[in-house]
Amino acid sequence: MTLDAKIPVGPIQEKWDKHRFNMKLVNPANKRKYTIIVVGTGLAGASAAASLGELGYNVQNFCIQDSPRRAHSIAAQGGINAAKNYPNDGDSVWRLFYDTVKGGDYRSREANVYRLAQVSNNIIDQCVAQGVPFAREYGGLLSNRSFGGAQVSRTFYARGQTGQQLLLGAYSSLSRQIKEKKVAMFTRHEMLDLVVIDGKARGIVTRNLITGKIESFAADAVLLATGGYGNVYYLSTNAVNSNATAVWRAHKRGAYFANPCFVQIHPTCIPVTGDHQSKLTLMSESLRNDGRVWVPKAKGDKRPANEIPEEERDYYLERRYPAFGNLVPRDIASRAAKQVCDEGRGVGKTGLAVYLDFADAIKRLGRKAIEEKYGNLFEMYERITDENPYNVPMRIFPAIHYTMGGLWVDYNLQSTVPGLFVLGEANFSDHGANRLGASALMQGLADGYFVAPYTVGNYIGSNKFEPVTTDHPAFKASEKEVDDLVKKLLAVNGTKTAHELNRELGLIMWEYVGMGRSEEGLKKALEEIPKLREEFWKSIKVAGTGETLNQNLEEAGRLADYLELAELIARDALNRRESCGGHFREESQTPEGEAKRDDENYSYVAAWEFKGTEEAPELHKESLTFEHVPLTQRSYK
Amino acid sequence: MMNKTSERPNMHLHLKIWRQLNAAAPGKFVSYEKENVSPDMSFLEMLDELNEHLIKTGGDPVAFDSDCREGICGMCGLVINGQAHGPRRATTTCQLHMRSFNDGDTITIEPWRAKAFPVVRDLVVDRSAFDRIIQAGGYVSVNAGNAQDANALPISKYNSDLAMDAASCIGCGACVAACPNASASLFTSAKVSQLALLPQGLVERKERAINMVSQMDLEGFGDCSNYGECEAACPKEISISNIARMKREYVRAALTSA
Repeated sequence: MTLDAKIPVGPIQEKWDKHRFNMKLVNPANKRKYTIIVVGTGLAGASAAASLGELGYNVQNFCIQDSPRRAHSIAAQGGINAAKNYPNDGDSVWRLFYDTVKGGDYRSREANVYRLAQVSNNIIDQCVAQGVPFAREYGGLLSNRSFGGAQVSRTFYARGQTGQQLLLGAYSSLSRQIKEKKVAMFTRHEMLDLVVIDGKARGIVTRNLITGKIESFAADAVLLATGGYGNVYYLSTNAVNSNATAVWRAHKRGAYFANPCFVQIHPTCIPVTGDHQSKLTLMSESLRNDGRVWVPKAKGDKRPANEIPEEERDYYLERRYPAFGNLVPRDIASRAAKQVCDEGRGVGKTGLAVYLDFADAIKRLGRKAIEEKYGNLFEMYERITDENPYNVPMRIFPAIHYTMGGLWVDYNLQSTVPGLFVLGEANFSDHGANRLGASALMQGLADGYFVAPYTVGNYIGSNKFEPVTTDHPAFKASEKEVDDLVKKLLAVNGTKTAHELNRELGLIMWEYVGMGRSEEGLKKALEEIPKLREEFWKSIKVAGTGETLNQNLEEAGRLADYLELAELIARDALNRRESCGGHFREESQTPEGEAKRDDENYSYVAAWEFKGTEEAPELHKESLTFEHVPLTQRSYK
Repeated sequence: MMNKTSERPNMHLHLKIWRQLNAAAPGKFVSYEKENVSPDMSFLEMLDELNEHLIKTGGDPVAFDSDCREGICGMCGLVINGQAHGPRRATTTCQLHMRSFNDGDTITIEPWRAKAFPVVRDLVVDRSAFDRIIQAGGYVSVNAGNAQDANALPISKYNSDLAMDAASCIGCGACVAACPNASASLFTSAKVSQLALLPQGLVERKERAINMVSQMDLEGFGDCSNYGECEAACPKEISISNIARMKREYVRAALTSA
């Protein structure tokens, strides 16, 4: 199968408009004859379900939590980008497009990114109309701040809870469609399989997490908006229930997985305190607007921060990247933190942390101004660490945060399985090898409010659908597979828990497929992961039964998928013998230790086709061309 | 560094945890001993460790809800020693750390208790009543694509900030658990207030107030008698003044509706 991204022809500024005109429409009276499944209720899922319901389709929406409002988009802190140019500081659709392609280290698709920048402004309008209380100036107009990788202030925010407010906006629209009976909501349902009939996605199989019942749902199209796979690494900023099962099972049914090794490591997270740790907490990138990152100049300097005089401090981001300073993109800031810690200049008990210091900002702006901007983040930091960041600098360290990789989709957000669309973090499309801050919220809502409602309609309008019910043998076969898997997990009755084995997997991944990756390390990972997978199936112990709420069983099932996906991440990382964005191959760096791309050989999307759990996947390449943003070595100096 | 707690030794705790198989089954307290509890652990990490031990020894792990574990998703919520989300002000259960406890403490752990929040299992409850209250009117009826320019309508910073204060509600249900009447007034009023404070919400303000309050009653939540326990338990410090605003909105709607 050759990958066709279906990028419309014509000038980049006109592609989306022309495409919208060329797409098939579905008559309003006919929309109600079609059923569309949306899995996930985060920014992408909730906005897509609500928008498709508003258009008149019958929507079935699924989530694993007790309410659609819990999806992990809610935890996004800092903001959402848009090219409004309200501050009059030189922003434009073109600049947002340019910054995002450059920030992604030239591994995203220009046409998708341009469309994202175009619709970014509609998102802000839509959210304000919903009653999202964005931060405002005294004159009553919207306020903006800066984020990494940009020299303009284009980030809209609602204190440090932007994701929460945007998600609750989408949830309110979704709630309205549920009330109107255009969306049927299924909470505490976990998608465990995709059902493909005659080459088209026609439904899903779920497990009711309360009763354990395996159920099938038939539809004319399936949309996955199930987020990223950061929890393969065990410790990440993801929610503890965020998982890769929906996308991985879809991958096994024919959806190619693109660029799995593009994993974002966020530079500013609260460091690990011990083995009991269940997750890592992000401190928003917005803090780098006012916080200064530093370590002592001398190795092993264990003095308290306030006893280290100014001239013995190394503000290494400001020193190395004077143009962007503390606001360099995430991949660069993370790597720089690793380098200073590797040199023995890390701080705190473990030496695996750097300072993020607000003393200067408090002196300049006053404590009250800092409280207003970041109060809730400072409180969160204090609750977790028992240290007061108004008095001592925060200690931060990079952590797994976001996955740019995901299921391959074309310009219409359709995967390699016709009728299966993938939205938000679950797809690979817009962020290349590194996502810029405040762009995840933008992409999730762009996909859900403004892209999928058109492209899904085009798919419905240009295909004929044989009637399919859940009695179809394909559903029955899938239900049996899912049921067998549950029974298999319960039957092992070994000695190790899912947490223990996931932690072991996380250590392998962090060590060999983390911030620095080498051929030797990746080969080691490719030996270790299958061994651990084998051990999992011999030694997993799952408590309880399949017929009740059983959180332990859920965890074990998700881990079984991580143990397969992890191998693909390592394989993709080994294949890509260049450094780009969040993917840093030790073999490919400049003399100064910056990432060195290899455009000649790797300017492509690596899309992997599943061939069997113990078989090597097949690599397909979608080559990337850059007509509008000239390929240059990324520089933030 | 001012790291007070990491020097503290690990603790031994006596846990009394509510166990209940499902909504229909009777529940009871079961006692567990938990050793080696680091003060740097979160409360839920302490329960994770207990569960690890229970799984390994052939026991039945305790079911409890949590997701983001950074205090924003609203999924977690336990009554700890009689207090919703435990002893620390403005703190969700997931953000409560064991440094708030002492060696040898007995800790009682229960689910939210309210007729409208039936127990699903152990410490997990069904809060879908909250979703239905929002479905009754907690939105502005604006389809995707209908919006005017975001800056076309200036909103005073004062009102916008008040709306944001109300909108911070995470829907955890602590207000209900803390209220002697099991009232959902703080939750409902937070959404009514947010939208009443913003021009976008004004067109539907009457229907919203009446429909959301009616749904709240229909779900079996109690009335508000101004105890104020909800505000004290709220991890996001949502002000009880929102309830007053909701009552005004309700009376205004009732008196002026055709």
